Amino acid sequence: MRLRPQIKWVIVLVFAIAVVAGFYALRRHAPQSGSASAKAKALAPDFTLPQLDGKQLTLSSYRGKVVLLDFWATWCFPCREETPHFVEMQQKYGDRGLQMIGVSMDDSPDPVRTFYQQFRMNYPVVMGTAATGEAYGGVLGLPIAFLIDRDGRIVSRHMGATDAAVFENEVQKLLATQ
Amino acid sequence: MRTSILLLLLLASFTAVMASAQATSIPAASQIMPEDLVKRLKSSSPEAPLLFQVGSHVLYAQAHIPGSEYLGAASTPAGLDQLRKRVASLPKKQFIVLYCGCCPWTRCPNEKPALDALQSLGFTNVKVLYIADNFGTDWVNKGYPTAKGE
Repeated sequence: MRLRPQIKWVIVLVFAIAVVAGFYALRRHAPQSGSASAKAKALAPDFTLPQLDGKQLTLSSYRGKVVLLDFWATWCFPCREETPHFVEMQQKYGDRGLQMIGVSMDDSPDPVRTFYQQFRMNYPVVMGTAATGEAYGGVLGLPIAFLIDRDGRIVSRHMGATDAAVFENEVQKLLATQ
Repeated sequence: MRTSILLLLLLASFTAVMASAQATSIPAASQIMPEDLVKRLKSSSPEAPLLFQVGSHVLYAQAHIPGSEYLGAASTPAGLDQLRKRVASLPKKQFIVLYCGCCPWTRCPNEKPALDALQSLGFTNVKVLYIADNFGTDWVNKGYPTAKGE
């Protein structure tokens, strides 16, 4: 297929604009992640909250495990996209000491129970409160995930939908520590 | 002919990329920027909007725009019902501002259903607060007026 030089330039220009626009779009809504490795790691605020079955869950009882604490809601699209990967990670790394914990920011547990079944979730989910959100610096956007080491200290915070490979990489490093 | 098709395909992909960078399908005329809303709230304009938060109650309890009412996630039937009940007795010209801020603008599941519901009920002066990433980043952290509690 032979193209006239002018057409070729138009194509190149359109591609260049598309690439720049795409890069801008990805940057604009890129998840905000932060590592606490360079500074003192804060102790993860403890909480005791009801699970979907009514039993109480206390975060500090998971000391000794690597905990990925995920604030989410059933109607939050990015949260829904992350859930299957969290299920997979719990399955894959649970024996090595990973414990996923979901903190639902839904208004009631009913839709969460349905979601739990639909997505075949294999880790505990508690119903979050404003106090819990505030204890973690304010959960004013979803999802937000906190990775907590075996000593109960926050290692990293990921705001917004985060690439599965990022979580997996961090979890693997923490699981390697005893 | 083949050149034309190629160009059309390229333009289509360009348009798709641009669309992903823009807000949801909420038209610009139905949006209000945070800074503009702040100015309105601070002014003594007689046409003060009613502010409805149509997202999560837990998020609302942590931080919300002073004077705004929590009506529930509009992506759920319960939230939409609550919204319809709240506006049932309001005049159709009532100035209403909807906001959520749970998720990035392009991913928010609540704002568009809320806007659609009010427009289908005949409300003609409804705006949606444009929140690029989330309420914390684009409202609270910018120092705009914030209240907490039920």
